Amino acid sequence: MIIAERKPLEEIAAMVAPYKRVLVLGCNSCVAVCMAGGQKEAEETAALLRIHRKKENIDGVVDVFSIERQCEFEMIDEVLDELKKYDAILSLACGVGVQVLIERDPSLRVFPGLNTTSMGYPAEQGEWVERCVGCGNCVLHKTMGICPITRCAKSILNGPCGGSADGKCELGKDVDCAWHLIIERLTEYGRLSDLDEIEPPKDWSTSHHGGARTTVREDVKIDRG
Amino acid sequence: MTAVSNLEKAINSGQFVATGELGPPKGADLTEFKENAEGMRNHVVACNITDNQTAIVRTSSIACGATLIQMGIEPIIQITVRDRNRICIQSDVLGAYALGIRNILCIAGDHQKFGNETGSKGVYDIDSIQLLKGLKDMRDEKKFMGGDEVEGDIDYFLGAVENPFADPFEYRVTRLEKKVRAGAKFIQTQCIFDLDRFERFMELVRERGLHKKIAILGGVTPIKSLGAAKYMKNNVSGITIPDALIDRMKGAEDKKAEGLTIAVETIQRLKEIEGVAGVHIMAIAWEEKVPEIVERAGIYPPPKL
Ligand code: SF4
Repeated sequence: MIIAERKPLEEIAAMVAPYKRVLVLGCNSCVAVCMAGGQKEAEETAALLRIHRKKENIDGVVDVFSIERQCEFEMIDEVLDELKKYDAILSLACGVGVQVLIERDPSLRVFPGLNTTSMGYPAEQGEWVERCVGCGNCVLHKTMGICPITRCAKSILNGPCGGSADGKCELGKDVDCAWHLIIERLTEYGRLSDLDEIEPPKDWSTSHHGGARTTVREDVKIDRG
Repeated sequence: MTAVSNLEKAINSGQFVATGELGPPKGADLTEFKENAEGMRNHVVACNITDNQTAIVRTSSIACGATLIQMGIEPIIQITVRDRNRICIQSDVLGAYALGIRNILCIAGDHQKFGNETGSKGVYDIDSIQLLKGLKDMRDEKKFMGGDEVEGDIDYFLGAVENPFADPFEYRVTRLEKKVRAGAKFIQTQCIFDLDRFERFMELVRERGLHKKIAILGGVTPIKSLGAAKYMKNNVSGITIPDALIDRMKGAEDKKAEGLTIAVETIQRLKEIEGVAGVHIMAIAWEEKVPEIVERAGIYPPPKL
């Protein structure tokens, strides 16, 4: 899932300050699970924004509702007429949702209410951790299901570096060394010698370093010609 | 194969080698840097220049290396993979070679979190082993990492670092072997304070015969004060300082003298360990003590080449 957290209220308030009719638009998928942008958080944010705007003597309304996913045209279309009634939409979706709203209708004024942080999972109540950077060329089969690109602070492919101590990363005692985990697991399965091969430099062109990526499946595309 | 540098010659001669570390300044005035280099000129085979050590911006290792060459002192330049992608690294290595630099130490580099540009983007396009292998192939196969051909000849002596005090302990030796295969001919170790652990590390190195394939230079750092020892013990990643050593510093009347004596004794013990080819002295902000340490440890003068 995509993990995000709400921007500070002051930053959000400043973005939408010039607008009279503001809609706080929640997204009920990933960001609802990480308690950043679902219906509940949208209501909270709208309430805080109203109080803030009142203090600042800004007139107008702050409404709120949410949709299932802001990253799909079909779901946006169901409420598009409603969205058009607002001067500003504070989207509580991830960065994708914000952009898809604008791509659906460029006349919408959409502002990001969240900082999108990563792809990961809820590790425990109130804690979400990153597990994938979307590099476009998965190596998990070689590393016993532990991602060195995401979890090693230096994205080392022939690890671990000299900073690994007691299973922890040189970044600090609260961060596991990904390579320590990989070696432990490979040892357990008698596969440590898998690492003897020098892993060659990674082709980063499949990652974001190649620019924004488009994934195509010709077989399921609809021919509109 | 003819040696490309004095460091390589000295190592090949089988004599005990000493190198010294020089840290470039946080500005462009190299006066003190040159004085420090001058001070150890006659006592070490080559000076190793750090590359934005602990991710703090300093004059580049290549520029400082070129300065040493003008002074007639042999540099070893460090190259980290933290700040440059493979295009920049290969280009810098060509430039370094053109300027006369012949010893290159390939390292990952401390994470940018520890430096003075904490918001910078860590590059880490390649890792230190890929860097070694890439530079080896540039030299031996005349191929850049991407496969394109390197024009003309290029030759250098490649080294790497290893930290016998990092974990997982036994895997450090396996990784050292990987660095040997990737092209490293010399290794500088992390500062050695825990000699017992280092000896265990060397046992594993000898079991695999690695000491015959690569020159291991033990890292030695004189401790300047009790505070410095405690700081390193608690805050510097990858350094282990045994409690006994802290106690010894505590008990000493003249801490600086004790710190120097410990360094001298460390070198003397390292000389006795089979497979240790020399030492790399990292007297950080205490460079002027390198000659004294070298002399007292009985490794002066450097090998005659
Ligand atoms: S300590 Fe481990 S996780 Fe941290 S940078 Fe080094 S290899 Fe990567």
